[in-house]
Amino acid sequence: MDCIYLDNAATSWPKPREVITAMKDYQENLGASPGRSGHRLAIEAGRTVLDARIALAELFNAPSPLDIIFTKNATEALNISTLGLLRAGDHVITSSMEHNSIMRPLRFLETRGVEVTVARCSPEGELDPEDIRPLIKNNTRAIYLTHASNVSGTIMPVERAGAIAREHGILFCVDAAQTAGAIPIDVERMNIDLLAFTGHKSLFGPSGTGGLYLRKGLDREIDPLIMGGTGSRSEFEDQPDFMPDKFESGTPNTIGIAGLLAGVRFVMGSGIEAIEERERGLAFSFIQGISSFEGVTVYGPAAAVKRIPVVSFNINGMSPSDAALFFDEKYNIMTRPGLHCAPSAHRTMGTFPIGTNRMSFGFFNSDADVRTAIEAVGELHDYKNQ
Amino acid sequence: MSLMARDYSFLLFKSVSHALSAEIILKRHEIPFKLIPVPKQISSDCGVCIRFSPVDNERITGALSCAVDIDRVVSAGCDTIFS
Repeated sequence: MDCIYLDNAATSWPKPREVITAMKDYQENLGASPGRSGHRLAIEAGRTVLDARIALAELFNAPSPLDIIFTKNATEALNISTLGLLRAGDHVITSSMEHNSIMRPLRFLETRGVEVTVARCSPEGELDPEDIRPLIKNNTRAIYLTHASNVSGTIMPVERAGAIAREHGILFCVDAAQTAGAIPIDVERMNIDLLAFTGHKSLFGPSGTGGLYLRKGLDREIDPLIMGGTGSRSEFEDQPDFMPDKFESGTPNTIGIAGLLAGVRFVMGSGIEAIEERERGLAFSFIQGISSFEGVTVYGPAAAVKRIPVVSFNINGMSPSDAALFFDEKYNIMTRPGLHCAPSAHRTMGTFPIGTNRMSFGFFNSDADVRTAIEAVGELHDYKNQ
Repeated sequence: MSLMARDYSFLLFKSVSHALSAEIILKRHEIPFKLIPVPKQISSDCGVCIRFSPVDNERITGALSCAVDIDRVVSAGCDTIFS
């Protein structure tokens, strides 16, 4: 039996054929290091990297492709956005639904004199953006908000939070790990100053790809975490002070970026609204299917439009890890049990420390996958209720 | 053909990303140019630059103005090329 992959929130799989082809083509026919050397293969590699910036800038409505830097994942992008930006005495606001990719750097910075306020969300993971307003202080430097929870699937009120940040002259950083490629993002309309994204989830790139959009001029306020060779200004020992080189030292993951470019083009060619509709339909069918089982609790908002296709649930009295093993061995369904690197989100939902079962649907899942997943949950539910 | 022929001018950029951004714009405008490694006589940078005919100087700077940051223009016959 073929496996049913329902762990797309961890990384998407399978990838579009174009992604594999692009990576193979790069390795077989190009292989050179971009930004170095100046021979035709190096220049062509540079064009690949620039094309990826252009595609991402178009996807996010960023003013310039050079406003985007590549990182190895969203976590690195969020570390630049926090460790590189914040100083002792700064105050920041975040939500209780955040992933540890933002919580851990912020908790570290707390030990270095940065003040962190966590806005409480509802058990469904929803944040009332007006709850942010009274938390703003004179020294509030930035608001850090996930675009959608990797646990409950809840879409956060990014546009309204961005408007509040702009109104108060505060920087607004969005973690788009779960949403880039899955739902539309417009950094201008949403007032986003920093957008951290990963390449290997809904953008369909390989692991090891990600990036950060920085609003023009903001790069001057942020220190790079890594310094070294960039292929530019080689006569100087000082780190370049311009985008994107300031934040891109060392040989980049060009083969990964070639794959990411193909992934972004796949998203744009398929239409992000079509992807969103397809994935939302799968998730909603699944939720409807398992909600009828007594003793099965589904977390997150009830309305389909308020969530991404990430579904957390529990089967009364059964540990998520036992359930995940059953799904894997009996039904060949790949899921992720536990806390999903987001203990604060689970505390908010009331599922800490046990966690939840998480099934996350992707563009390549079928209606039959959903039916099998419902059947699998149903069998466990029957077993628990015998 | 010598890369250092007196009748060429050169556009230097902060980085290869900028040079390749300029390349896209110049191709769109159908202005002839060549992307080459930065001649060591001009700069010790290890990147690439754009070599072009001085007759296209105005068209090139016009096409790139406000679109790409140009670090330096080295005009044809400039002493730095031949020193």
